[in-house]
Amino acid sequence: MNAVLIALLVLPLLGAALTLAPVFGPDTGIADRRALRLNSVVTGAVFLLSIALAAGFDRSRPDWMQATTDVSWIPAIHVRFHLGVDGVSLPLIVLTALLTFLCALYSEKRLPDGEARGGAPDVHRPSAKAFVGLFLLLEVGMLATFAVLDLVLFFLAFEIVLIPMYFLIARWGSGAKVPSANRFILYTLLGSAVMLLGFLLIGSKAGTFDMQALATAHGSGLSHTTQVIAALAIMIGLAVKAPAWPLHSWLPDAHTAAPTVGSVLLAGVLLKMGTYGLVRVLLPIVPGGTTTLAPYLGAFAAVGIVYGSLACLALARPGSKGDLKRLIAYSSVGHMGFVLLGIASLTPVGVNGALFANIAHGLITGLLFFLVGALKDRYGTADLDTLSGSTGAALYGRAPRIGALLAFAAVASLGLPGLAGFWGELLAMFGAFDPAGGLSRPAFVTYMVLAGLGTLLTAAYLLIVVKRVCMGDPKQPAPVAELADLRPYEAVSWTPLAALTLLAGLWPALLLGLSDPAVKHLLGGG
Amino acid sequence: MLGDRLAALGPHFTGQHTVTSLAVANPGSLIQSVDWVAIAPPLIAAVAALAVLVTDLFLPGRHKKWLGRLTAAGLALALISLLPLTGGSPRATFCAQNVAGVTDTPGISGSAAGGCSYVADHFALVFQLLALGGALIAALLSAHTVDDAASTNGSAAGLPGGEYWFLLLSSATGAALLPASRDLATMVIALEVASLPAFALVALRRDGRGAEAALKFFVSSVTATAVMLLGIGFVYAASGSLHLGAIAQGLEHAPGQLKPLAEAGAVLTLVGFAFKVAAVPFHFWVPDTYTGAPLPVAGYLSVVGKGAGLSGLALATTVAFRPYAHTWGLVLAVLAAVTMTVGNVGALRQRFDTRYSAVRLLAWSSVGQAGYLLVPLAAAGYAPTGSDPLGATAAYALIYGVVNLGAFGVVAAVGRRAGTSVDDFRGLFARRRWTALALAFFLLSLAGLPPGVIGLFGKVVVFRAAVDAGLGWLAVVMAVNVVVALYYYLLWTARLFAPAADEPAGEAAVERRLPVSLTATLGLTASAAVVLSVAPQLVLQVAGGSLF
Repeated sequence: MNAVLIALLVLPLLGAALTLAPVFGPDTGIADRRALRLNSVVTGAVFLLSIALAAGFDRSRPDWMQATTDVSWIPAIHVRFHLGVDGVSLPLIVLTALLTFLCALYSEKRLPDGEARGGAPDVHRPSAKAFVGLFLLLEVGMLATFAVLDLVLFFLAFEIVLIPMYFLIARWGSGAKVPSANRFILYTLLGSAVMLLGFLLIGSKAGTFDMQALATAHGSGLSHTTQVIAALAIMIGLAVKAPAWPLHSWLPDAHTAAPTVGSVLLAGVLLKMGTYGLVRVLLPIVPGGTTTLAPYLGAFAAVGIVYGSLACLALARPGSKGDLKRLIAYSSVGHMGFVLLGIASLTPVGVNGALFANIAHGLITGLLFFLVGALKDRYGTADLDTLSGSTGAALYGRAPRIGALLAFAAVASLGLPGLAGFWGELLAMFGAFDPAGGLSRPAFVTYMVLAGLGTLLTAAYLLIVVKRVCMGDPKQPAPVAELADLRPYEAVSWTPLAALTLLAGLWPALLLGLSDPAVKHLLGGG
Repeated sequence: MLGDRLAALGPHFTGQHTVTSLAVANPGSLIQSVDWVAIAPPLIAAVAALAVLVTDLFLPGRHKKWLGRLTAAGLALALISLLPLTGGSPRATFCAQNVAGVTDTPGISGSAAGGCSYVADHFALVFQLLALGGALIAALLSAHTVDDAASTNGSAAGLPGGEYWFLLLSSATGAALLPASRDLATMVIALEVASLPAFALVALRRDGRGAEAALKFFVSSVTATAVMLLGIGFVYAASGSLHLGAIAQGLEHAPGQLKPLAEAGAVLTLVGFAFKVAAVPFHFWVPDTYTGAPLPVAGYLSVVGKGAGLSGLALATTVAFRPYAHTWGLVLAVLAAVTMTVGNVGALRQRFDTRYSAVRLLAWSSVGQAGYLLVPLAAAGYAPTGSDPLGATAAYALIYGVVNLGAFGVVAAVGRRAGTSVDDFRGLFARRRWTALALAFFLLSLAGLPPGVIGLFGKVVVFRAAVDAGLGWLAVVMAVNVVVALYYYLLWTARLFAPAADEPAGEAAVERRLPVSLTATLGLTASAAVVLSVAPQLVLQVAGGSLF
């Protein structure tokens, strides 16, 4: 089992290294096609490995670390190469492998152009080999974040994703891509540098960076002051990534500029690294500091929910020149607010809800970004006003399958019972209704009310979007005359997400059964 | 060494003691047995320097390129001579049995108090590795520059080969001697042996710019040395010794009225070293000197020159001025914070399209990096055991040495004519894949971001030193600086992969092949950086414990 987990990380790394080797032949066109094929093969193999990992996972003990590897890597600073999965990280690893595989399949047919700056696009187009190399490196970082059990390694994995994502946005993006990419990387690096200080403080006081040992100690041996300082530093770092209001401002720009696959992975996986870190590091390792800071986190989360929804409403308004990708990015701020609120409640219910909402958001927002990316490809813009014209884009009439999928993803996102979006947010609010001992109940009930208001606003803007994009008069003059409906490769890469959204909505126990014991273990220590 | 002589004569000068007969006291203290193995690394470099100088006289012009090979061989030999010293306990030589200022203190023997002028302990070995290794890479880098300049411009305008190699080796000798020296006199001499040839090296390029750069470097450096000598004089007067260990004891037991003198002396001494490290406010010479000097010399100064100053600073603070630990701890912490901020802001302000901007950027970034290097030194002032955080400085210096010289190597490879701007790197990936990838790797290592894993761990150990010492504010300042620095490193990295501006596609084919020496340099530094990224323990082990 531990070999599977190691292979999961090594395989994409080797794939990335292979893109540097001259094995793709001299012809650029053929080499690009081969590189993209390699991308699909490697990510597919990684996905199969993650399925094997899930199959071999002992479901009767999800609170145990399984498939562990623990060898010394840098003894001088007590860094160990410690890997393992439990019920919290397993779903995220599978989700990551799935999303990267789907993105690889999608990009094999539809590699982002990277809008050449004027001039002949053929000469200036960045090569697919570079894309594949960066993409696989990104996968290594994302998977490693969920698999490592050493604080310094966690930081390393956190940083690995930055450079590939930077170049995906800056080279293959569109619009104001370079400033957006800069903002993305500087923001997150500042966050993670501060987070590193928190880790080092813990390591300095506790004498180890091993997450499992620290979680078992459950904060004993760390003074309350140390815990609060460390928790604050780590929380800031992770809140940038998550992103929590008011540290979210890099996200809308990055999403707007990023290519479709970049957006999918950014929303589907990278944001989860932040919330996963909160659950994996903050709750068990510095419980005292977390309890002190949880009300503030909850408050920021509640503000984020309302703020995200209001921003989306403003963007969805006719005549506001709202970009659809930007709108979904803001909706992510709102959705991640629910996740943060669930975590801040410090109850098993709330944290389970947060983890569930994590996965659900990955599936649904991944699907939404795919769909919006496809619309942007077809129309050449994601501007809502241009798309909808005077009556609406009328996707139901002109491209019924895409329209239906978009409506499906939108209602899943607004939390319709029976779809994945429902359970996580419900449980998160439920957790806030009855927060853990030591937290102020009135405060959290207020947050819950704000979150409830947020769900209403979320429903409002998503329905407006559906109305303006899917409905309308098919006969009205449209920016694009012929609108292709769902293409085969799109169907292949989107169907799994839609199916899983339905599955998770109808059978939540599939995920909750895995995460619940692990969450209780993390919250209870020992 | 000179220190011993002065130390032995000490009582006469200080007048603290009545005149004692030199002959009777202990004849053994004046007749020394020298541990040749211990002093081999700087000695081999010095012998090689003389050999090159003499060979140059008899070598016909067409064989001059053998001088470069001789230099590289000498430095490699000096590096190999480090190996026998690594195992076992530290070896010391040039010891004086009775060290003035200590002999009269009851209960402390001279040697225990540090009566040796040359000690080859782990600290010395690590910094000797940095000095000699850095000089070797710089020499490999120079081979092409020197030959090219000599062949194209004729000997009048080009670099004179024999002198160049002699000066490089001499300077490396001084830089290798400094970390092993344990008395202030030897340290000053070593520092000057390292610096004086460097002035000449900078001035060797006879295009006006070089002379101006050298003059600026020379004037400010000599001022710093003068100030430092004054400081050493004060310290000697107050403590009665030049041996670092003895100074620490002397300062602790110094009479009350000498305290201000001792403190002033300590500050003035540190100023001299701070100059060599190019800490703010002694950093103004750096950008002009680096741009005026031949590129390999700039790389050499940024790594070896800085390493020498740093080792001197570390020795002076953690050993000699130990009693004032809290004072210099705070001073160094502030100095580190200001240095990294000024350096990074300076780098940030560089325009990418101006001539020399690539070297200027590296120059300013090296000022910023000097700030990071000072952080563990400042932490040493707060640490209870004193010298443990020094390992972080040493490890970071080694990492920085490899990747910074690598970056200079790529700049030399890309802009073999003077005045390379950062914009000249646009589209390098399309023209020279591996060179571009190497530079990207070096820059990201300097920034401390994966895939430059080793740079990341270098930053981690420095951060760790600061956090362990309780210098939280300094760690936060450094975190902000790391982000600022990332911005310009990243902009440069992005240039490499950006499409070339308006160049016709045919020009890519015209690119000449890289000369062998440059390829070797880049291969060496890049593979070292990659290996260290996979196995950081190789270099981080020096950060594991005490170096002394």
